Amino acid sequence: MEWEVVIGLEIHAQLATKSKIFSGASTAYGAPANTQACVVDLGMPGVLPVLNHEAVQMAIKFGLATGSEVAPRSIFARKNYFYPDLPKGYQISQMELPIVGEGVLEIRLEDGTVKKIGITRAHLEEDAGKSLHGESPGMTGIDLNRAGTPLLEIVSEPDMRSAKEAIAYMKKIHSIVTYIDICDGNMQEGSFRCDANVSVRPKGQEEYGTRAEIKNLNSFRFVEKAINLEVERQIDVIEGGGAVVQETRLYDSDKHETRAMRSKEEANDYRYFPDPDLLPVEIDNETIEAVRANLPELPDAKLQRFISEYELSDYDADVLTSSRPMADYYEIVVKASGGEAKLSANWVMGDFSGTLNKESTDIKECPVSAEMLGGMIKRIADNTISGKIAKQVFEAMWQGEGDADAVIESKGLKQVTDSGAIEKLVDEIITNNPGQVEQYRSGKDKVFGFFVGQVMKASQGKANPAQVNQILKDKLKP
Amino acid sequence: MSLTQDDVKKIAHLARLSISEDDIPAYEKELSNILGLVEQMSAVDTSDVAPMAHPLDMVQRLRDDVVTETDHHEQYQDIAPNVENSLYLVPQVIE
Amino acid sequence: MHNKTLSELSAALQAGEFSSTELTQSYLDRISSLDPQINAFVTVTQQLALDTAAAADKRIAAGTAAPLTGIPLAQKDIFCTEGVKTTCGSKMLDNFISPYDATVIENFNAAGAVMLGKTNMDEFAMGSSNETSYYGPVKNPWDINKVPGGSSGGSAAAVAARLAPASTGTDTGGSIRQPASLCGITGLKPTYGRVSRYGMIAFASSLDQAGPMTRTAEDAAMMLNCMAGFDERDSTSAQRDVPDYTANLNDSLQGLTIGLPKEYFGEGLDAQVGSAVEAAIREYENLGAVVKEISLPNTHLAVPTYYVVAPAECSSNLSRFDGVRFGYRCDDPADLEDLYKRSRGEGFGAEVKRRIMIGAYALSAGYYDAYYIKAQQLRRLISDDFKRAFEEVDVIMGPTAPEPAFGLGEKSDDPITMYLSDIYTIAANLAGLPGMSVPAGFVNNMPVGLQIIGNYFDESRLLNVAHRYQQVTDWHARTPEQFK
Repeated sequence: MEWEVVIGLEIHAQLATKSKIFSGASTAYGAPANTQACVVDLGMPGVLPVLNHEAVQMAIKFGLATGSEVAPRSIFARKNYFYPDLPKGYQISQMELPIVGEGVLEIRLEDGTVKKIGITRAHLEEDAGKSLHGESPGMTGIDLNRAGTPLLEIVSEPDMRSAKEAIAYMKKIHSIVTYIDICDGNMQEGSFRCDANVSVRPKGQEEYGTRAEIKNLNSFRFVEKAINLEVERQIDVIEGGGAVVQETRLYDSDKHETRAMRSKEEANDYRYFPDPDLLPVEIDNETIEAVRANLPELPDAKLQRFISEYELSDYDADVLTSSRPMADYYEIVVKASGGEAKLSANWVMGDFSGTLNKESTDIKECPVSAEMLGGMIKRIADNTISGKIAKQVFEAMWQGEGDADAVIESKGLKQVTDSGAIEKLVDEIITNNPGQVEQYRSGKDKVFGFFVGQVMKASQGKANPAQVNQILKDKLKP
Repeated sequence: MSLTQDDVKKIAHLARLSISEDDIPAYEKELSNILGLVEQMSAVDTSDVAPMAHPLDMVQRLRDDVVTETDHHEQYQDIAPNVENSLYLVPQVIE
Repeated sequence: MHNKTLSELSAALQAGEFSSTELTQSYLDRISSLDPQINAFVTVTQQLALDTAAAADKRIAAGTAAPLTGIPLAQKDIFCTEGVKTTCGSKMLDNFISPYDATVIENFNAAGAVMLGKTNMDEFAMGSSNETSYYGPVKNPWDINKVPGGSSGGSAAAVAARLAPASTGTDTGGSIRQPASLCGITGLKPTYGRVSRYGMIAFASSLDQAGPMTRTAEDAAMMLNCMAGFDERDSTSAQRDVPDYTANLNDSLQGLTIGLPKEYFGEGLDAQVGSAVEAAIREYENLGAVVKEISLPNTHLAVPTYYVVAPAECSSNLSRFDGVRFGYRCDDPADLEDLYKRSRGEGFGAEVKRRIMIGAYALSAGYYDAYYIKAQQLRRLISDDFKRAFEEVDVIMGPTAPEPAFGLGEKSDDPITMYLSDIYTIAANLAGLPGMSVPAGFVNNMPVGLQIIGNYFDESRLLNVAHRYQQVTDWHARTPEQFK
């Protein structure tokens, strides 16, 4: 039987606020255990929540960036369950009236086609703390620093039909939240993670199959692997005559399997009800328009602009706009290069990205600034250096030897464009290699490369290749 | 509305309350009585009435995004039943 | 000293008739000799009180005193007090030393008031007789075989027995007004949102409100001046200016329209209590007020509605007591589930467990609409009754409680009968309106309270109305024999 996979994602994006969603404690990552958990985060008796303005602004930004409705009135609700990393015994979340309503997102698949994925809603909620196992034998340690960190939970429609589509959607959301600066997108630190609802159904069947929810996937690779594993598992279960059970599962990357979570065995009855400590959040049009006015250019718009303004291919534009730091970097490079859009694209996507990858460096911390790279490209364009020499210059810049002009100067890499000097070199080579001259003149065109190589070598790579070609051709004419 | 002993056990579990077997009949009776009292509500037609969650018709005030808290974990953990290396300890959680 | 009102004490302190230290010591002495009879205090903060009093004396000498500087007060043990045990009347918090101060406590500290100690109360404020306290029942100073009412029973008894000139209480369904009535003192539950709830251990968040418990309305005004105000730490705190509540105490009542809801004088009301209340109304007529019969047709739904809303909120509010970060933890938990269940099962008393269970049930899947949503709809109907009434009248009057103080143990086995003690007070909490109880006579030597309900944020008028009555009556000035 042919199976169709149905996937919906619940993405949790940690909002990049300074303080927590309901308290004045810091949200900075990596502090010693429990040093950033104040009385409100600890759920001490008598404490009360007060909502962070910035978290609301960020949710509005997301709503506008995805063309979703921003709710004029939204309500916080309590989700009641007992868990040691949940200090109050309930999580403050939103249920019936979320701050962001329906929207649609377009994703680009590998074959270039575009698919629409529905966003069901996005709501604000507080994160839980962390449980640390194995600190003390038989015990679990609880660190509540993360408790109360603002999250935007973005829920999709079950519109994805493969792990690849799920990844494309997740990457798209990742790019949007980082573009609009509401989330640092750091997946290792858990700032961006997702739960995947996965089911299968016979192709052509309208009704959805029973779904399993895979919790806490914190890398694109894991999402893909976990979904594919889960799909395989579900198909095996059904084809083996069994039935998929609705349950929560955990992906184990070491064992390469998904397994049912014991702590979630029983069906939860969360007893949602409006949080009486918080009042309805009202957002007027004025606020929405003020946020809209300050919204940065979004990935899709930027892609279109890159295609038209820089005359880039769809592919290049897509790669360069995949992240905002990359796109920003590229634009500065183009400007500094004096408008060399194509050459800049090649360098940014080629040597630059390659080196970033190789050195595992973040674009914001890399030693070659966009101005420096642009300055170097300008020197390629104005024939000060050749493309080949540029690689040498780039490497030197990366090593901190200064900007392109300084490197060219100190290493004497300036291209020789004085035709007199090149003619002199060519004459010498021709004089010293009469045999090869003979071969060439008798029709062995391939020998031409030999002459180019010799001249370049003699010039230590600095002779302008185009000029060398021309002069050689002229002088070798029979 | 009357509860069974089984209902009482389920609710006690939901609320994470240990209740001795001996006390269950008493809870069954008392809780059923309270629900009986509450039952009077159903006599009223409220189909057109908007639920009222708050006594005052106010909207949520927002705080500035400023860090105002400092580290007091030692003071806060002084009153905790079981702490080690600044972590609150509970019997092992199996996920 | 102990027979003086707050304003008299304040004036005496300023005039140097006695020092705060002397005053505080005299109350501490009374507490140590007399409190064993009534069990009003869970904790007496003797040293802290004397230290604060000494600081207050300096402030008075420096001429920078506020009206409450140096005045000894008793605080209900529901307010978090930094460095001082805060039990909420529960075994669950028997070892809880709060790491922070409630806003109300901060306000009193800033004013230089002296805390004598923390008063006994029904466990987590759930009760109408003070019998659910882990620390044993409080006894009524007018008859130690009778209950003082609840949940602020310790605060009411302490003021009635002159163990403190004034105290604080909290009122979720009548917990200030009903014990004030049963103990013969003045109690005010302000409008929801008037006094910050920050640091006040939550029972039912949308109903809880703190207020003063005093001998006189004038004292209540002085206390409220200190307690009321916007607090940025409480999202439900009202952003409104605080008037000087003592400013209009003496305004004339000529032409005041008093609404008497017929539903408050029907079946269930003790006839003698009814007579006492009617006598009080006649006194108001003598003062120039006009009386008008009104109807609050949904009154009979207040108790059922309350017993869904309050338990639902409490079931969630009390989930934080889980034996992990503070409070009681059971011995040798076998696993996490056992830790939760036994810590909570052993740490909470029977009434608290009942209410948590009712609340969990009312919110659970399949019952939410029939119970919780329904109750919220009825809450609106009850609230609308008052809105209509206040279009016609300035204040509403009636009995605070259906009967005077009942015997200890008389109702403790029957939750439903106990719940009906709050039949006249609950509606004001559901609507969020301010309400007062003022001493209005005695029935069989036990005090009776007159309830006055006002419009939103109309505390000044309530205090004025109560004060004028107290100018022409002396019920509030009476003291139980053993505590004179």
